[in-house]
Amino acid sequence: MSDLNTQRRQFLKTSLGAAAVAIAPGMLLFDTAHGKAEAGSSKVRWGMLIDTAQCKDGCNDCVTACNKENGLSGGTAATDSQWIRKIELKDIRSGRELSLPMMCQHCEEPPCVDVCPTAASFKRADGIVLVDRHRCIGCRYCMMACPYKARSFVHEPLQDQKPDVPRGKGTVESCTLCVHRLDKGQQNTACAEACKNKAILFGNLNDENSEIAQKIRSVASVQVRADLQLNPGIRYQGL
Amino acid sequence: MKLLASLLLCLFVSVAWAAEGDTPKLDIGKGGQCVRDPQWMRKNHMHLLMHQRDETVRKGNRIEQDGLKNCVECHASLSDNSVIARDDSFCVGCHRYAAVKIDCFECHASKRRTALVMKDGK
Repeated sequence: MSDLNTQRRQFLKTSLGAAAVAIAPGMLLFDTAHGKAEAGSSKVRWGMLIDTAQCKDGCNDCVTACNKENGLSGGTAATDSQWIRKIELKDIRSGRELSLPMMCQHCEEPPCVDVCPTAASFKRADGIVLVDRHRCIGCRYCMMACPYKARSFVHEPLQDQKPDVPRGKGTVESCTLCVHRLDKGQQNTACAEACKNKAILFGNLNDENSEIAQKIRSVASVQVRADLQLNPGIRYQGL
Repeated sequence: MKLLASLLLCLFVSVAWAAEGDTPKLDIGKGGQCVRDPQWMRKNHMHLLMHQRDETVRKGNRIEQDGLKNCVECHASLSDNSVIARDDSFCVGCHRYAAVKIDCFECHASKRRTALVMKDGK
């Protein structure tokens, strides 16, 4: 169930009539079923490059900005939603310490999508991995499957959600790469915008001329758990 | 003849009275027509929203005019900026009358955006 055919009902309705008149029904039905072109274009692959050298220990600006943008409470209890969090890493042998943001990695081969029984967890054409809350039944298989612990479950009823970011009890959620901004034509996420140290670079990985693509070509960057071959859209420099 | 007339009159009056008494009186907010004509919308708004939700979430086609956000913007009460706060609020009033449960607003904002912005500012 890689792609959900949202036009299925319409297709079933029209196909009866179409089959009766069409000389080459196969061709016509194919067109009807696939509908018009998608707005979230597959020419785009949104991604991030996070420079760990620039990410300052103790700085929480990206987390705060994300909470404000998406209407999250900001709590860090086990039952609170966290779309992005700062994690501290320490190399035991050398003593080198790092502090860096971790969020949904927007994998090209997302395990959360593979395991979702209702096709609520899905990947958009432009590489953003989302939860369709209209279909989510809150089973939390995706949370189990995610190697990055990126998804949260909403345990309590919510009030006064942001008009751009609907969220509700009984569904799973995670970083959306500020999809409501991107669809409006803005080119930056709230966390990247808020980062004083310019540690987060956001952009289109598929565009050769974009700042992020050029930087990824010139500096060494890694994907977290690259061994899983999920090809995440978030990359880390200096990890 | 007089009897018939009075009978008919009674019938009409009671029908008119019943219709007036039963139909919900809604606080339509700013109201007006922005998507389709009101009669069409009464019958078909759910199909518009159902189509729009898949287009928006799954494909990223955000047709502002047909979206729930835009509905709330016009139809939220002018007194409390909400479509579900009171018995005569725009969505609740009609849905209670038709005995159709809505759960849109368990996730979606039920208040006018301007009201939420003001609340953020405080």
